Amino acid sequence: MDFEDTPEEAAFRAEVRAFLDRNAERKSEAKSFHRGRYIPEHNIPETVRAAKQWQAKKADAGFAGITWPRQWGGRGGTPVQQVIYGQEEQNYVVPRGVFEIGLGMCIPVLMVYGTPEHLEGHVRPAMRGEEIWCQLFSEPSAGSDLAGLRTRAVRDGDDWVVNGQKIWTSGAHFSNYGILVTRTDPDVPKHAGLTFFFVDMKSPGIEVRRIKQISGGSNFNEVFFTDVRVPDSQRLGKVGDGWKVSITTLMTERLAVGDAPGPDFDDIFALARTLELDAGPAIRNPAVREKLADWYVKTQGLKYTKFRTMTALSRGETPGPEASITKLVSANKLQDIASYGIDLLGMAGAVMDPEVAPMQAWFQEALLYAPGLRIAGGSDEILRNIIAERVLGLPADIRIDKDVPFSQLKTGKR
Amino acid sequence: MNFDFSDDLKLLREQARKFLSEKSSPKSVRKILEGAAPYDAELWRGVAGMGWLGAAVPETYGGAALGYDGLCVLAEEMGHALAPIPFSSSIYLASEAILIAGTEAQKRTHLPKLVTGERIGTLAFAEGAGNPDAVRVQAHVANGKLSGTKLPVADGEIADFAVVAADGTGKASLYLVDLRDPGVTKTSLKSLDPTRNQAKLVFQDVPAEPLGPAGQGLDLIQALLDRAAVLIAFEQVGGAQACLEMARTYATERYAFGRPIGSFQAIKHKLADVYVATELARSNAYYGAWALSTSAAELPIAAAAARVSATDAFHLAAKENIQTHGGMGFTWEADCHLYYRRAKLLATAIGTAPYWKDRLISELERRNAP
Repeated sequence: MDFEDTPEEAAFRAEVRAFLDRNAERKSEAKSFHRGRYIPEHNIPETVRAAKQWQAKKADAGFAGITWPRQWGGRGGTPVQQVIYGQEEQNYVVPRGVFEIGLGMCIPVLMVYGTPEHLEGHVRPAMRGEEIWCQLFSEPSAGSDLAGLRTRAVRDGDDWVVNGQKIWTSGAHFSNYGILVTRTDPDVPKHAGLTFFFVDMKSPGIEVRRIKQISGGSNFNEVFFTDVRVPDSQRLGKVGDGWKVSITTLMTERLAVGDAPGPDFDDIFALARTLELDAGPAIRNPAVREKLADWYVKTQGLKYTKFRTMTALSRGETPGPEASITKLVSANKLQDIASYGIDLLGMAGAVMDPEVAPMQAWFQEALLYAPGLRIAGGSDEILRNIIAERVLGLPADIRIDKDVPFSQLKTGKR
Repeated sequence: MNFDFSDDLKLLREQARKFLSEKSSPKSVRKILEGAAPYDAELWRGVAGMGWLGAAVPETYGGAALGYDGLCVLAEEMGHALAPIPFSSSIYLASEAILIAGTEAQKRTHLPKLVTGERIGTLAFAEGAGNPDAVRVQAHVANGKLSGTKLPVADGEIADFAVVAADGTGKASLYLVDLRDPGVTKTSLKSLDPTRNQAKLVFQDVPAEPLGPAGQGLDLIQALLDRAAVLIAFEQVGGAQACLEMARTYATERYAFGRPIGSFQAIKHKLADVYVATELARSNAYYGAWALSTSAAELPIAAAAARVSATDAFHLAAKENIQTHGGMGFTWEADCHLYYRRAKLLATAIGTAPYWKDRLISELERRNAP
């Protein structure tokens, strides 16, 4: 066992570091709490501009689309190189939160189902940051049960006419394109009546409304469709195959979703060491030490699980299913750490003023956005189902909605 | 990145899985559970015959020199099969104590016989309730003779000799003590897990041979426990994995309300959580294996993390395995309780979770000293 790169991996890592050193600021220990915040709300045009600039630099240097074919401007590299780039980039202060969905999910699904014209028109611009993509999947009555979606697409000549509503669409307010799953046949069982498209977000009839979250931020949107015309040429997959295409997308999502951003073991450890309670630093308290130890082994467990995945990739093998635990563990851990960090502050824990609260109120801020991380990108419950069914091979749930036409399914009041 | 066992060791794992599934089947483990014998002597000879007792012992002393990662692989399988033999006492503790503290002569005298299984060793440290950091060593050595009481001593009834911590020079030191001496009284104690022996040893003027420098007994024991923590973590991971497999099989075969119980989310989510805990523990144990096999400076941190994570996983897996089996899981006939007992036995061996958690944080404080 060792943690060494192969000579080829080491050469690639050196190239990545040289690029990052030239173009970005390395994170300092003192500013550790600048890590992992959602994109700043106050100045979206500026955030998007900076992210686009950074993406173009990455593309010029060959670090965007690392595993994508050279034909479309990618590097034609390996999954290990992708992992190495990610490992290195996380040590630098670079813009995040704008391109992850487009490059992590939308373009990959386009590469599976799109025509050469689609790829010619979109892969390079997306990779260079000229196009931003979003994912129009969830609906008010279709979250974990995505196949229950109701947004209708009706064929009209060479177009489809779309009516309905999407929700929880990250970044819709600054996106150029979106991937869209719709219901095209309500009279067949729900999984069979879906069709997948991509859509120009500037199409007439699309209205984007920001959602205010409990954290006070607005990363998500509602997207309303009123008689929106989508050309049939923008259909991905066959009519009625929308579920299959959606599943392809969601599989890449679950691989792309990493650790929950926010205060982690090192941060709560630092807080416990510096915070003076009545009997000395908080860390002298045995109850505090036990909690810290539990979080340390979870944090390290996730880290070394990733090393196991990377080892498989490095050997050219398919990684085992262990990578599926990352989001489930890290989102819950984040919520617990945020909560406990506040508890450590005692009565002052309620203060969220960044001038007063330690680490610029990072723990308070994380407490408020953590619930979203346990829901987005596959809720805790869905992830446990996936582990139970796909990893452990337990039988699927018995479903009463499977062989019934969608239009005859019962609906609730919410 | 090469954070996995080699192909050779993966073959060793398959070989061990096959061997132990035959020779350490639940039926044979039950013979020890319900019978008078304190361990499975036939299995012990079989394991010795495979060369596994000397997996990490250099060839000079008759070992197989597979390295510590080889021993980790075997430990996982011993845990998976609930092997009712003094593998941990004789190998992780006694052999390791001699390897890290023994003189050349002591190594030549003891290791070859430990490797063949001809002699069995153990560690006699505890003197009643408490974790390793709370042991106040009362046993003492005067004029080369040991007197005192050790309790509990894992495999104390079986062992031919013990590495004993005793007060010699005003500080604790380690000694090699022959347990066949007439001054030793062995009393078998009722064990939470009867497939693993626990004993009380009373020493009355028993000849004691110093092992390692005088006055460094507690430091040596700490180093020894760190090494054992990694190996026992692998046993715990193996046990947790076995529980998960049992529960999974039962949940697909048992029907209630007209359907397999594994189709209910109440069961699915429970077993998904067991899977998550087991994989986290496995990953921490792998890091421990790396630290142990490369003698890395991180060993104390890696060992404590592996120990905490694996103790948690085996406890969760063993109790939820019973729960998944329902009332049947609570019967003597079902094998669930064999794992439930072993989980707690291993959780207490070399100190319980609060001790290792405290040690982990202390080591992290030391490493990150301002």
